[in-house]
Amino acid sequence: MNLLILGANSDIAYAVGKKFAQHEHADICLASRDLRLLEKKVQDIKIRYRVNAEALFFDAVDYASHNDFFKKFDPKPDGVVLAFGYLGNQQDAQQDFNEARHIIETNFTGAASILEIIASDFERRGHGFIIGISSVAGERGRQSNYVYGSAKGALTVYLSGLRNRLCKSGVHVITVLPGFVRTRMTEGLELPEKLIAEPAEVAEDIYRAYKKPEDIIYTKWFWKLIMFLIRSIPERLFKRLSL
Amino acid sequence: MKLTAWGRYPRIQATGHSFETAEELRGYQEKAGNSIVFAMGRSYGDSALSERVIFTRRFDKILDFDPEHGTVISESGVTLSELIEVFLPTGWFLSVTPGTKFISLGGAIASDVHGKNHHKAGCFSECVRSFELMLPDGNILRCSHEENQELFLATCGGMGLTGIILTVTLTLKRISSAYIRETIVRCQNLKEIFCLFEEHMDMTYSVAWIDCLARGENLGRSVLMLGEHATAGRLNPRTAKIRSVPFNLPGICLNKYSVSLFNHFYYHKNPLFVEGRLVPLDTFFYPLDKIANWNRIYGRGGFTQYQLVLPRDASSEGLKIILERIASSGLGSFLGVLKLFGPENENYLSFPMEGYTLALDFKIQKELFPLLNELDSIVLDHGGRLYLAKDVRMTREVFIKGYPRWKAFSELREKLGMKDKFNSLQSERLGV
Ligand SMILES: Cc1cc2nc3c(=O)[nH]c(=O)nc-3n(C[C@H](O)[C@H](O)[C@H](O)COP(=O)(O)OP(=O)(O)OC[C@H]3O[C@@H](n4cnc5c(N)ncnc54)[C@H](O)[C@@H]3O)c2cc1C
Ligand SMILES: NC(=O)c1ccc[n+]([C@@H]2O[C@H](COP(=O)([O-])OP(=O)(O)OC[C@H]3O[C@@H](n4cnc5c(N)ncnc54)[C@H](OP(=O)(O)O)[C@@H]3O)[C@@H](O)[C@H]2O)c1
Repeated sequence: MNLLILGANSDIAYAVGKKFAQHEHADICLASRDLRLLEKKVQDIKIRYRVNAEALFFDAVDYASHNDFFKKFDPKPDGVVLAFGYLGNQQDAQQDFNEARHIIETNFTGAASILEIIASDFERRGHGFIIGISSVAGERGRQSNYVYGSAKGALTVYLSGLRNRLCKSGVHVITVLPGFVRTRMTEGLELPEKLIAEPAEVAEDIYRAYKKPEDIIYTKWFWKLIMFLIRSIPERLFKRLSL
Repeated sequence: MKLTAWGRYPRIQATGHSFETAEELRGYQEKAGNSIVFAMGRSYGDSALSERVIFTRRFDKILDFDPEHGTVISESGVTLSELIEVFLPTGWFLSVTPGTKFISLGGAIASDVHGKNHHKAGCFSECVRSFELMLPDGNILRCSHEENQELFLATCGGMGLTGIILTVTLTLKRISSAYIRETIVRCQNLKEIFCLFEEHMDMTYSVAWIDCLARGENLGRSVLMLGEHATAGRLNPRTAKIRSVPFNLPGICLNKYSVSLFNHFYYHKNPLFVEGRLVPLDTFFYPLDKIANWNRIYGRGGFTQYQLVLPRDASSEGLKIILERIASSGLGSFLGVLKLFGPENENYLSFPMEGYTLALDFKIQKELFPLLNELDSIVLDHGGRLYLAKDVRMTREVFIKGYPRWKAFSELREKLGMKDKFNSLQSERLGV
């Protein structure tokens, strides 16, 4: 199996890559912006799992480059993990549209651009799977992170549409909705310790979802419950809460 | 965030940073004041605790492996468990390993850990060829016996107080089976077990479990476990499933009656003598790793481990007094571990010296600290010392007497500006 990971410097993505290298003996292509960091991870994966691995430059918001980026693959990947994302800062985003745009483009527009290219290839070949990492933050808008949340919400809807379309060609799309994960993204945030998952635990859930296969997963599992409760609060009440 | 190490005592409020590259780390270090590395938190006390900590868990890439010589280059946050998982199937194992594999490479160096083969193989630093160390000014120096030797000697066993260990080059040991041939001998008392340790000095691995509550004739009754690498058997045995203690047990569960009962059954469960049975490496080296969070059995208040070593010629007398004192206190613990160490090394603060080491777990309780203070004096009177990786309460005086090279260590720290930059709660208590 050839696995392409977009945003491979994400801690979650890297843990997922290791899972596939270990259990599927997959060759891994790590794509992200920081190539020097990727090179270290390439070494690590090669030594740990005795598979092939390579690093490629990829910028999610450089839309014009996406066609060429994907064209170069020969053979084409059998699966794609889309992991890049940017949490940003809600306060800044309210004051400075550039920050808001950066959040929206990294989490959504960039994903839509590259996935459309990959989807049409997978569809044509009737082969492949796509694992998209969205977020529980996209399930309901909250004052503390609605710019990020809305971009993730858009990504979730996009992935669901893509699943609907590609299902007919035997291409499987998995939407991953993580809660809190201990990664660079959440470092320094004061989060409730009991709710935080390790990247390796999330990767385990994602790999299990791939094996099963599952369409939409919450990780850790209890977020399904938490988000059910959060979604069921009537808007009349919800708007008054400080979430 | 709340932070605590393996003994779950003390529990402090702290902030922390993780890093993936040396540049990222340097960025944090330039801005910040004091800190200490918190790696896997398998030290028992406060060696890895401070208001600001540096996490090495994301600095965990294996960068190179030479299958000819078994040389690995890896970042310090990798765990021994990961190294075993990767290299055991190709016939390589750690030449020194402690009783848990869930520690980091950096932690193994910083405590210069020892294993059941100390009498033959020495401490972990024996298999470390070199490492890169980030100093207070952000500069990175390569340290080995050939380069910056003083820093090498101070850092191996230096409890993170000399800088941050980054990339490490270490040598693994060739093996042809993932099994150990184990021999078990039950001993009536201290005299018997001492004789057996001396008699079996040529065995690669040796360690004894000791019943700290046994008294009188039975004082020091123990079960000696000896091992050699097997030559038969596969290199990739199935790893055992890890069970977990899901919550803190109420502190009352451990009292002198339950512990004494446990010890009694443990002793009699082991046959008088077993020779050469094959056991997987994991079972032989890491029996406790099969129960995740076993530290929770001591309840919310936490526990500590008291590990001492006495010079060989003072061991028999000293241990007798110590065991008697513990038995009469009734504060005994499940696991007493006894082992004969080989010669000490040149590192400034490495724990092992030639003689017997005893390690005991104690639940934290009011009566405990006076008892340990008493034991401290017995240890010092016999020329011994305590292990920093387990310690949470020893005084500066006990430290200084036990570690005669502390001064050179402290001066080096002064000279290189480490005292302003790298401190743990422990180092502050010890004033080092
Ligand atoms: C069940 C169990 C069994 C054990 N058995 C043994 C045994 O048989 N023999 C033995 O010797 N020890 C034993 N230990 C103790 C353990 O091996 C040491 O405490 C070890 O240092 C823990 O490593 P860690 O990665 O968890 O480090 P931590 O506990 O997080 O830190 C320990 C010390 O190392 C320093 N440190 C860690 N990484 C770095 C780095 N990259 N750079 C600089 N400093 C660093 C920290 O600052 C701290 O001072 C045992 C512990 C447990 C829980
Ligand atoms: N951590 C959480 O609690 C959490 C919760 C829910 C959802 N998520 C989502 O899970 C995914 C992975 O998150 P993580 O926590 O692992 O994050 P992370 O460690 O912060 O990684 C995000 C990665 O995205 C890459 N990236 C950012 N902008 C990019 C761009 N324009 N082009 C290409 N790559 C880019 C970055 O790598 P380079 O700098 O190399 O480009 C970065 O390493 C994200 O989509 C995130 O939104 C995370």
